[in-house]
Amino acid sequence: MSPSTRASDTDKGVRSTIPSAGRSAWDRLRRRRTAAAGLVVLGMLLASSLAAPLLMGDPDDVDFAAVLQSPSPAHPLGTDQLGRDLLTRVIYGGRISFLIGALAVLLALAAGIPVGVISGYAGGTVDLLVQRGVDLLLAFPGFLLALTLIAVLGVGVTNVVVSVAVAAIPVYVRLVRGATLVIREQTYIEAARALGAGDRAIILRHVLPNCLTPVIVQSTLQLGAAILTAAGLGFLGLGVRPPTPEWGTMLGEGQTYLLSYWFIATFPGLAIFLVVMAFNLVGDGLRDALDPRAGARG
Amino acid sequence: MRAPLGRYVVRRLLYALPTLLGVTLAVFLLVRLIPGDPARLIAGLLASDDEVQRLRVELGLDRPMPEQYARFLASVLAGNFGLSAVTRTPVIEEIGIRMRATLTLAVTSTALAVAAGLSAGVLAAAYHNTAVDYAVMMAALGGVSVPVFWLGIMLMLLFAVHLHWVPAGGSGTPAHLILPAVTLAAFSTAIVARMTRGSLLETLNLDFVRTARAKGIGEGAVIIRHALRNALIPVVTVVGLQFGTLLGGAVLTETTFAWPGLGRLLVSAITARDYPVIQGIVIVFAAMFVVVNLVTDLLYVAVDPRIRYG
Repeated sequence: MSPSTRASDTDKGVRSTIPSAGRSAWDRLRRRRTAAAGLVVLGMLLASSLAAPLLMGDPDDVDFAAVLQSPSPAHPLGTDQLGRDLLTRVIYGGRISFLIGALAVLLALAAGIPVGVISGYAGGTVDLLVQRGVDLLLAFPGFLLALTLIAVLGVGVTNVVVSVAVAAIPVYVRLVRGATLVIREQTYIEAARALGAGDRAIILRHVLPNCLTPVIVQSTLQLGAAILTAAGLGFLGLGVRPPTPEWGTMLGEGQTYLLSYWFIATFPGLAIFLVVMAFNLVGDGLRDALDPRAGARG
Repeated sequence: MRAPLGRYVVRRLLYALPTLLGVTLAVFLLVRLIPGDPARLIAGLLASDDEVQRLRVELGLDRPMPEQYARFLASVLAGNFGLSAVTRTPVIEEIGIRMRATLTLAVTSTALAVAAGLSAGVLAAAYHNTAVDYAVMMAALGGVSVPVFWLGIMLMLLFAVHLHWVPAGGSGTPAHLILPAVTLAAFSTAIVARMTRGSLLETLNLDFVRTARAKGIGEGAVIIRHALRNALIPVVTVVGLQFGTLLGGAVLTETTFAWPGLGRLLVSAITARDYPVIQGIVIVFAAMFVVVNLVTDLLYVAVDPRIRYG
């Protein structure tokens, strides 16, 4: 059992009411202050990333007259070894990180959900084979799997997305298979089958919609994890190619100048920290809001 | 119940074997997926055409795939991972030299995470819904969210560059181990703390704890002597599962602090496209993870008398 799915009994009394509709789930999410804070931070970071071309200048604008300057009114976060404005680069970095995170999670969903549903629904040999494949992927620690794939595929945005996605696929296969196994045994599935519904209809109309809640919660947490993995690859110099402003890559370059110029490595890392923490807060909040039975951890 | 336990151990051991085999097959196939001539890749960029041709025959790369895999597996089992494409030394020797540093780091971090995580988790549960609890949970949230390489750099800035308490990087003395170990332990500490808290809060609601309280035992003794023992069981599993994250984190931490372990060797091998070394380290890391999970499963059964090894 993973720590994230473990329930503590303490809040059960308060949370024994069954959620009636999406609206109340949304209300509960907003009411949890920590989750709301996460939403606000995420919203601000996402908005500034999207609006970067309107707000800021060119992130690759080199200025040799202004290299390695400490934070000042002209350059609030300072400048790097090429005189590029760090605030501009950190804000542009959000675009890359959100993009990689979103694409990686979508790719993992596109592969993980169908495989998980089929594995759980079909059972038998299919299930056995899929589960051995998942075991195999899980034998490689997540970050190591992404790193190994990068070693084979080479660096660059597309390969980072693929590597991070593959490392996340087993998580979704496990999750969706588990949910499918539970749903398959429900009485209403039996009823649907008695009414003449085929496997395809049952999967599309009953199984998939019921997998949605755990998938949404997991995806929120997974977005943070994907951004973290991609940044780790960038830090090692095995992620997005410079001069593209990517937080992990910027941090890795900044470490060279750490002794005299603390700000180059500090701010991109702070940005990663904030985004990942915000996704974790919202993910935990969503879990509580959508699935009261899971209880509260925070 | 001795006999079924023995049978469970054997079954679990046998179950780990196909996974380990699968790991070697996956690594074998991955390296052959790389576009280009595998002999050239394994020989390295500096090798002459003659050398590449000799290697092709030597490694059997002109043979059919299944035969190639059989040869590969046989040499891996014999501890032969080939020669580094860069240094020309046997990969197994390079791994041997670095293994010690990585194990020292990983074991120290795990010990730190268990000690700090358990204490924090117990405190949070004992002072449930108070400022102590919230502080521990906030710190744990920070621990699971912070990029390990950034945390390392920030600790380095503070404790090495500004305060000069510890060296900024490298190895050799116990003082060199402090920052990397603390950095690497952060994530696992947070997970252990959350798990301990959750598990302890559940246990504190159970009947036998109520009985202990009813007997007039103080709350501290109830927690330490009665509840904690039971609450520890799921924590054991988490520590085992954590080890995978820890190995991944070790790659980043070793690079941050110039710690001479397997992770740093892996990164430089990837940069230099030294495939024999990459192959060897990935297999060793995966094998370590599989073995730790195996030990955890066995420990779990040993700790919890309620589990039936079915």
